[in-house]
Amino acid sequence: MNTNGANVGIVIVSHSPLIARGTADMVRQMVGDSVPLAWCGGNAEGGLGTNARDILTAITSAWSEAGVAVFVDLGGAETNSEMAIEMLEPARARRVLICNAPIVEGAVMAAAEASGGAALARVVATAEELSP
Amino acid sequence: MRTSRPLLPGLIEACHAVIVSNADHLGELDRAIGDGDHGTNMKRGSEAVYAERDQLGGLPLPEALEKIGMVLVTTIGGAAGPLYGTLLIEMGRGLRAAGSGDGVLAETLPPAVAAVARRGRAQAGDKTLLDVLYAVQQAVLKQSPPAEVAAYAMSAATDTIAMKALRGRASFLGDRSIGHMDPGACSCALLTGSICRFLEEFPSA
Repeated sequence: MNTNGANVGIVIVSHSPLIARGTADMVRQMVGDSVPLAWCGGNAEGGLGTNARDILTAITSAWSEAGVAVFVDLGGAETNSEMAIEMLEPARARRVLICNAPIVEGAVMAAAEASGGAALARVVATAEELSP
Repeated sequence: MRTSRPLLPGLIEACHAVIVSNADHLGELDRAIGDGDHGTNMKRGSEAVYAERDQLGGLPLPEALEKIGMVLVTTIGGAAGPLYGTLLIEMGRGLRAAGSGDGVLAETLPPAVAAVARRGRAQAGDKTLLDVLYAVQQAVLKQSPPAEVAAYAMSAATDTIAMKALRGRASFLGDRSIGHMDPGACSCALLTGSICRFLEEFPSA
């Protein structure tokens, strides 16, 4: 995992590890290693699911002093991401935002914005413009 | 609730037993209106807590409740992990803030249930486990005997059959969610029933 501290990090959380990894591949294709990136998905038995501990690990792995934008698919992914953020130390937790955006398009758009050095709020706003 | 040592491992065993024996049923309910993993998720969570029951029993009750909550968050996963986890974590925090004493545990329930509602962005009537938690809270605050609390819980779970889901995966089905019991409401009522039965038989509770 790249941990370039200058740019906002991107975390992708899907119930499906295949979707999470595939989305991360698309982000990488777009921005290379210029953005810290991590993904997680699936449950302990190899089935579909999300859990807070894996999300916490992903956020830590993609950590950037500029903050981290998290992309989620369905309900549990968002709820577990909120729990994961609360498990961070408060100084870090304030710099992690969950984006209300489609997971693939949002992550790719956000990464493109982040690769140019945009601040967290700008990265999130760019991704959220995709939501109706 | 004077000491957590003899009580808590017993409660954990009772909760574990009811989840394990109903895991298939919870899975069936969830397959009807959700993604079908509620039974296996709840079983994974209850087994993780069960494995640590003796250590948990040695902790002061507020710490034990928070620890159980964290275990549930990380092992149940899905949407239910954060919801059950939040309930127990908040009860533990409330209990620590309030200090010890009879009846204090009941007073931790309303703020903990409110935290679950915020976490799930749900309210009464949305066809979620919250419908059962509100019924339990009301019964507990009225100081109803355990058997009555359990009956209110099961009745509230049954009431979710006629509801249309407004939160969670089942909400994607719209009207087709009507006619099925919400799996989260079912697990919540089963756990409540198991806890109440245990407390009835527990000498000093």
